[in-house]
Amino acid sequence: MVSFADQLLVLVMLINFIMLGSSRMAFVIRAVAAQGVILGIIPGLLHPFSGHLLAITASIILAKGLVIPYLLNDAVRKAQIRREVEPFIGYVPTLLLGAVFTALAFVFAQKLPLAPEHRDLLFVPASIATLMAGFLILTTRKKAISQVIGYLVLENGIFIFGLLLAEAMPFMVEAGALLDLLVGIFVMGIVINHINREFSTVDTSRLQTLREE
Amino acid sequence: MMMSILFHVLLLLLMPPLLLGVINKTKAAFAGRLGAPYFQPYYDLVKLFRKGSVFSSTTTWVFRAGPVVTLAATLVAALLVPLGNHPAIISFNGDMILFAYLFGLARFFTTSAALDTGSPFEGMGAAREVTFACLVEPTLFFILITLARMSKSLSLTPMLLYPSPTVWGEAGAAMLLLVGALFIALLAENCRIPFDDPNTHLELTMIHEVMVLDHSGPAFGLILYGAALKLFVLGAVFVNLALPFKTGNLLIDWALFVVAMLFLAVLIGVVESVMARLRMVRIPQLLVAATILSAFAMLLIVR
Repeated sequence: MVSFADQLLVLVMLINFIMLGSSRMAFVIRAVAAQGVILGIIPGLLHPFSGHLLAITASIILAKGLVIPYLLNDAVRKAQIRREVEPFIGYVPTLLLGAVFTALAFVFAQKLPLAPEHRDLLFVPASIATLMAGFLILTTRKKAISQVIGYLVLENGIFIFGLLLAEAMPFMVEAGALLDLLVGIFVMGIVINHINREFSTVDTSRLQTLREE
Repeated sequence: MMMSILFHVLLLLLMPPLLLGVINKTKAAFAGRLGAPYFQPYYDLVKLFRKGSVFSSTTTWVFRAGPVVTLAATLVAALLVPLGNHPAIISFNGDMILFAYLFGLARFFTTSAALDTGSPFEGMGAAREVTFACLVEPTLFFILITLARMSKSLSLTPMLLYPSPTVWGEAGAAMLLLVGALFIALLAENCRIPFDDPNTHLELTMIHEVMVLDHSGPAFGLILYGAALKLFVLGAVFVNLALPFKTGNLLIDWALFVVAMLFLAVLIGVVESVMARLRMVRIPQLLVAATILSAFAMLLIVR
């Protein structure tokens, strides 16, 4: 079962690349939803069945696979964005940077003093790679909605790291993090709407100029 | 052993045009047409070899050498690849590098012959071909390096015969990435649809066909046959990786290989039917993505 979880983590990292290389918003949102669902399944493969586990799995799939993508799609529809047109760094360079960061994540994970039972698993490198991918999306894209997606991917990376500790992690902490995320996305949806109404675009680089020109 | 070599050579000489026939038949089936017969590429080749050729007076020996060297290099590469579960005819340590650069040699002569005509149109095609080849080469090498690492050998025969159902079970994710990357590389190297349309002969968007516009008669036949052979060789590499089933029985293994190759041709036909050709600016993106897939597979194996 653990090796199957490893294969799923490979899928998670592939979805990172898809998100780094794709410009269509609807597609990226679907990718992040798929990533959330996969992350929801993984805890079920690692730990013995229990009510606690079932609650975590169900709430993650519900929040990351359904509610958050719905909110994002809603924001996209209201602001009428189809694609991220001009990121700060182009798609191919970000894709290559993502690949470099993934490779570095593997190297870095090798150097960490991990518990022996975690050493051969993909969890730590996958977590760092996803974290870096989210960071890349967050910093290189101009549209507020892409930055929200970057933030989500960043959180997914942290979640993967937390999977190793799921036994020790109380349900309340997990639920709290999810709730935070939901509220964050909700607020960002409203913010995007406001930016859109003010500038008739959701390009955040417009927010840097203080005076009207 | 003798039988095996005989089969190898016969298959490699006779089968390649059939793959093109199957691809065209699949595309015709998708379009609701009857399509040309399966053996049409053979008839085309026979027709071309019976014709005379015209050589422009501005061309030099490079133009004449182009098709010949290309076909010869591809034939040698074909001898290095194991077909199905049978070892290659020529095999030595490090032949994977020779394999990769024989294609490089073939490409060099095709593009030189295109440049030799002095036509700006062909020069454009040559520039594109070389640019995209630069982007495919890292993918091919990442795949070869990963296989070399897995099988702990630098020769193509043990490398390509290494994948087995147990290997797929243990390193399924990495193998899947390799197969995906190799399929993209195969389509790009053979100028199939998402990258180039083999049916368009006079469009500004095409890559490979534009380089051979000035060749005629037997020379053009050699080019067509060389292209089919290249598809066959890379297809054989793909089949070895993707379908690692061995029965041990000589004849059944050959039959399995032939069926798998025909299946691959159908698969390419399906891809060509359901996809549109990519815009020129999107092609490097897809090729870089393939490189990243293969690099990622290597990362998973090396770790």
